[in-house]
Amino acid sequence: MTSSQSHRLASGGLIDRSASLNFRFDGRTFSGFQGDTLASALIANGVKLVGRSFKYHRPRGILTAGSEEPNALVELRTGARREPNTKATTAELYEGLEAASQNRWPSLRHDVMSVNQLFAPIFVAGFYYKTFMWPAKFWEAIYEPAIRRAAGLGRAAGVADPDHYDKAWAHCDVLIAGSGPAGLVAALAAGRSGARVILCEEDFALGGRLLSDGGTIDGVPAAEWLSRTLTELAAMPDVRIMTRTTLFGVYDGGTYGAIERVNDHLPSPPEHQVRQRLWRIVAKRCVVAAGALERPIVFAGNDTPGVMMASAMRTYVARYAAAPAKRIALFTNNEDGWRTVETALGAGLQIAAVIDARPDVSAAYRSLASKGGFPVLHGSVSGVDGGKDGVRKIAVSLAGGARAEVEADGLAVSGGWNPAVGLTSYHRGRPKWRDDIAAFVPDGAPPGMVAAGAANGDFGLGACLSQGFAAGVAAARDAGHSGKAGTAPVADDEAFSLTPLWHVTGKGKAFVDYQHDVTASDIELAQREGFESVEHLKRYTTLGMATDQGKTSNVAGLAIMAAVSGRSIPETGTTIYRPPYVPVAIGAFAGHHRDETFHATRLTPSHHWAMEQGAVFVDTGLWKRAQWYPRAGEKDWLESVTREVKAVRGGVGFCDVSTLGKIDVHGPDAGAFLDRVYINTFSNLAVGKARYGLMLREDGIVYDDGTTSRLAEDHYFLTTTTAKAGLVMQHLEFCRQVLFPELDVQLTSVSDQWAQFSIAGPKTRELLKEIVDPAEDLSNEGFPFMGAREVALRGGIKARLFRISFSGEMAFEISVPARLGDAMARNLMLAGAPFGVTPYGTEALGVMRVEKGHVAGPELSGTTTAADLGLGKMMSAKKDYIGRVMAGREALVAPDRQVVVGIKPTDKARRLRSGAHIIPKGQTPGPGNDQGYVTSVCFSPTSDQWIGLGLVERGRERIGEIVHAHDPLRGEDYDVELCNPVFYDPDGGRQRG
Amino acid sequence: MRIVCPFCGERELGEFTYLGDAKPVRPVAGASEDEVFDYVYLRDNVAGETSEHWYHGGGCRAWLKVARNTLTHEISAVEPAAGAGARQAVK
Ligand SMILES: [Zn+2]
Repeated sequence: MTSSQSHRLASGGLIDRSASLNFRFDGRTFSGFQGDTLASALIANGVKLVGRSFKYHRPRGILTAGSEEPNALVELRTGARREPNTKATTAELYEGLEAASQNRWPSLRHDVMSVNQLFAPIFVAGFYYKTFMWPAKFWEAIYEPAIRRAAGLGRAAGVADPDHYDKAWAHCDVLIAGSGPAGLVAALAAGRSGARVILCEEDFALGGRLLSDGGTIDGVPAAEWLSRTLTELAAMPDVRIMTRTTLFGVYDGGTYGAIERVNDHLPSPPEHQVRQRLWRIVAKRCVVAAGALERPIVFAGNDTPGVMMASAMRTYVARYAAAPAKRIALFTNNEDGWRTVETALGAGLQIAAVIDARPDVSAAYRSLASKGGFPVLHGSVSGVDGGKDGVRKIAVSLAGGARAEVEADGLAVSGGWNPAVGLTSYHRGRPKWRDDIAAFVPDGAPPGMVAAGAANGDFGLGACLSQGFAAGVAAARDAGHSGKAGTAPVADDEAFSLTPLWHVTGKGKAFVDYQHDVTASDIELAQREGFESVEHLKRYTTLGMATDQGKTSNVAGLAIMAAVSGRSIPETGTTIYRPPYVPVAIGAFAGHHRDETFHATRLTPSHHWAMEQGAVFVDTGLWKRAQWYPRAGEKDWLESVTREVKAVRGGVGFCDVSTLGKIDVHGPDAGAFLDRVYINTFSNLAVGKARYGLMLREDGIVYDDGTTSRLAEDHYFLTTTTAKAGLVMQHLEFCRQVLFPELDVQLTSVSDQWAQFSIAGPKTRELLKEIVDPAEDLSNEGFPFMGAREVALRGGIKARLFRISFSGEMAFEISVPARLGDAMARNLMLAGAPFGVTPYGTEALGVMRVEKGHVAGPELSGTTTAADLGLGKMMSAKKDYIGRVMAGREALVAPDRQVVVGIKPTDKARRLRSGAHIIPKGQTPGPGNDQGYVTSVCFSPTSDQWIGLGLVERGRERIGEIVHAHDPLRGEDYDVELCNPVFYDPDGGRQRG
Repeated sequence: MRIVCPFCGERELGEFTYLGDAKPVRPVAGASEDEVFDYVYLRDNVAGETSEHWYHGGGCRAWLKVARNTLTHEISAVEPAAGAGARQAVK
C-alpha cells in the first residue's frame, strides 16, 4: 500500500513530480519524488516521528535540512549495505530505498526503553562516571552491555562491506567549499581570471540557500541567475564542480580532504563503480563559502517532533514542496526567522502566531502579520505540549509576565546563525566573537584560506555576492592568475537584527545537544561540580561529542555555561575543532587497500614457473616466495621440506633468492665507503672474490648482513637481507650523501634487475657445467670458495656467478637479467634432470641455515651485537665504521650477554618450539632466572631431530649444559642441551670442496 | 604536508621518509664515547624552527635538509643534505 503524500504541496519545489519513487520506512511503504531527500519525502507523507533519542529514548523528529542533523538518523539499506546513523536529511531518495529508525524496541511508537525518562535523575551529566563505578568487574560483564543495548545508535551491518571505495588526488589553484551565492561567484571570479578551480558542494543540487530562499540578483530572480551562472561555469574548462562532495578536512601545505558520495543516491553502485571516493585536493588557495548553520533556542520540550529550525522549514516548503506542518508557529529572536513566515504564507500554509523575543519587529513584518491575521507575541516559548504525534500546543511567556497558549502542529525556531567555522579552525585557529551577530566568526584560518559570505558572518545576499567575488578574484591573483573577472553580481542585503537568546528557563527537559541528550540542566550541573572549562564541560556532559560534532549545540551550550558561570561567551571560549566535518566511512580511507590488494605484491622472476610446479607460497614483506614444493603422496609440509633438504644434501637443488636486496657500488672510493659501513674490511678484497659483511646501526646494534663481491677495482656488488633491502639502501644513501660526501662513490639499486638462484649440493658443479659455457673454469682451483665473477652461459648470455653457500653444501649463486629468470628456472630443471635436481623453497633454505648455524632475521632482532651473534672477531680494530664506538659500551660487551648458541631437546623425539624461554635446570621459571629464549627451530633431517638456535646468557661458555625450556604460551616444559650452533659439517669441508 | 624537493619539485609527504634532527654532526674517527653518545642520542625538543633530515625515497633518493617549524608545520627551506651531517674528514 502506498500512502498518499498528505503533506505534499500542490505545486512548486525543485522535485520532479513525473518521477515517483517508492520507499519503505520501518516496513511501511511510501512514495516520494526524484529530488527528495528521505527527510523531505517523510515530511511529504506526514511522518513526524523518525527516531528515539540516545539516552532517554525520547521521540524525535526532523530538526534540520542538512548535514548538521542531530535527530533524524536512520539505518539506511539492508543486509551487508546497512549503514547506521545515516542522516535522513542528506540521504537522497531512490526507488526501493529502505530505512529503519534506530534505538527503539520493539517499535518506534512503542519503545520500552522510554522508561529511561522516568529514571532521568540517574542519567544526568557524568552519570557513566558516577553510577557504574563499582565493583570494577561489573563494568565489562554487566554495565557496558546493558548500557550499549539501552543507549545507542544504529546497528552496524556486521558483515564485510561489499562495495568498493576509491582514493584520488586533484590539484587546483582555487578550491571552493560550498555552492551558495558566495561560492558560485567565487568560482565565477576565479574561473574568469584564468585559475584552475574546484568547487565542492555536499548537496546534490547547486545553489545553497538560493534553492530555498530565492531572492533577486542583478535584477532577475535567483533561479534565473543561478541557471545562467551554472551555464557559464560549465563552459569553463578549468572549473570543476563536484556535487555530493563534502570538504571535511584541511591538512598541511594546502592539502584538503573531501569525500565524494559517488553512488550513494542509487540502491547500489553500478557494476565496476565505486560507492565513494576519497579526494586529496592540493590547492594554492581556498575560499570557504560553506555558509552558516541556524541554531536552536533551548526551551522545555524543544525536542518534540514538529519543532524544526525555521530555515529548514522553509527549505522543506520551498525546495521540496513538503509541509512539515499545516498550522505553523514561529519562535525567533531575529529578523531572518520571519522569512519562514513569508515562505509558508506564500505556499498557502497557516501561521498560528509569531513569538518574537525582541521588543521590536520591523514595520514590514508587522503589516504582514496584520494582513495574514496572526498575532505577534513578544516573549518566548516556555514549553511544548505534544509527544510522538508532534506538537499540539505551545506555551508562551509574554514579555510582561503574562502567559499565552498557541495551537499549532509545527514550531519553527530561529536563534540566529552560526557561521560554519569548522574548516577555518582545523589548524587550531580559534574563531572570534562578533557581538552584532552574536556568533563566532573565523579567525586564524590555515595559510591560503579565507572565508566569504555567511561563513564569514555576513549573511546578506548582497554581502555574500560581493565578498565571494572579491575572494575569488584575490585567490586567483594569489595563485598567479589575473584575467578579466568582470564585476560582482549585486543584490540587496536583508535585514538581520538579532537580540541574543539562548535558553528559556521553564519546567521540563530543555535540550542543548539533541543527539547526545544533553540538557540545559546538565550544563548547569557541570558548572556546579566544577567543570567550567569548555573542554571539561564537553567531556563531562558529552556535549558536542556525537556524530554531528555539536553543529547545532556547541554555541548554545557554551552560552549557557557562560551565563551560569558569570562570564561572557568569548571568555568562555570554544573547544578545539577537529576534522572530519562529517563522518567519513573507514572504507573510504582504506580505498582499494583491503584484502588481497591491501598492499602491493612482488613476484619473484620464477614465480609463474613455481606456480606451475604447485609450490606453496609464503608472504615475506611484499614478496610471495615459494615455501615448499609438495609432491603427490606427501602428507604434510614437513615431509616435503625434509625431502627437499635431503635432495640438496645428497644431490643438487635450487632456490630463487632474487628477493635479496642488491646494490651496485661504483667509484674509486667504493672500497673505502664499504669499510665505513661494514664492521669488516672490503677495500682489501681481491677482484673476483666475495666476502660476508655485517653492518651495525650507529648505536652499535647489528643492522644487516649479506655477501658483497668485488667485480672490478671500482665496482662492488652488495647484497642485503630481503626484509631490509629498502632500508639498507636508504641507510647507505644517508652515509654516502650526508656522512661521507667526500667519497667518490655511487649507489644503484639493482634488486629488480637481477634474478638470482642459489644452486646447492654435491652435484652443483655437474649441473652448472650443463649451463655455463664450457670455456669457463668451474674447478675448485678455477673458481674457489668465495669466488665471484661474470661468466658466459651456453648461448652467450652473461651471468654473474658467486661461489657462496648458505646451506653448508658446495654451492653457487647465479644471477641473470631478471627477464631471464623464468627461463633460468626451467633450464635448471632440464639440465638438472639427470642429477635429480630438486627445487626447494624458503622452508628448506631455513632448515639448512639452522643446521649450519647461520644467523638470520630472528637473531638479527635489533637487540643483538656482532659478538652476540658469534661474529665479534669480524669487527676491525684498524678503521672507523658506523656503530664502532657505541658497540664498545659497557653493557654491549658485558660477559653475561645472551649470545647465539645451538639448542636441542634431550628427548630426541620432542619438538622444539621457538619462543620457549631458557631457565637453569631445577629452578622455578620466573623473570629473575629467565636466561634467554629459542629464536629459530627446524626439524633437521641430518640430525634426525628438532634443533634450534637461541640467545642464551653466556651461552658459548655453557656448551653441553642441560637447561630447561619453559613455554608458558603452549604449556610445555622440557629439558634441552646447549650445543655448538653449527650442527652440520662444523669444519666446513663440504662447502669448500 | 608537501615538500619541495630541489631536484623533483613539490611532492607529497608519502614520497618522503623522516629521519630526524639534522643538527647533530657525526664526530670524526677517534672521537670519545661521550661525543658519539651525544651525537647518537641527544636531541633538542624544539618548539619552533627545526632542521630535519628527510629522504626522498619515492623520488630521486636525495637526502634533504628541511627547515620546518614544529608549531605551524610550515616549511621554510629545503636543500640537499649533502655533507650537512659530517665534519669534513680528511680523505
Ligand atoms: Zn627528489
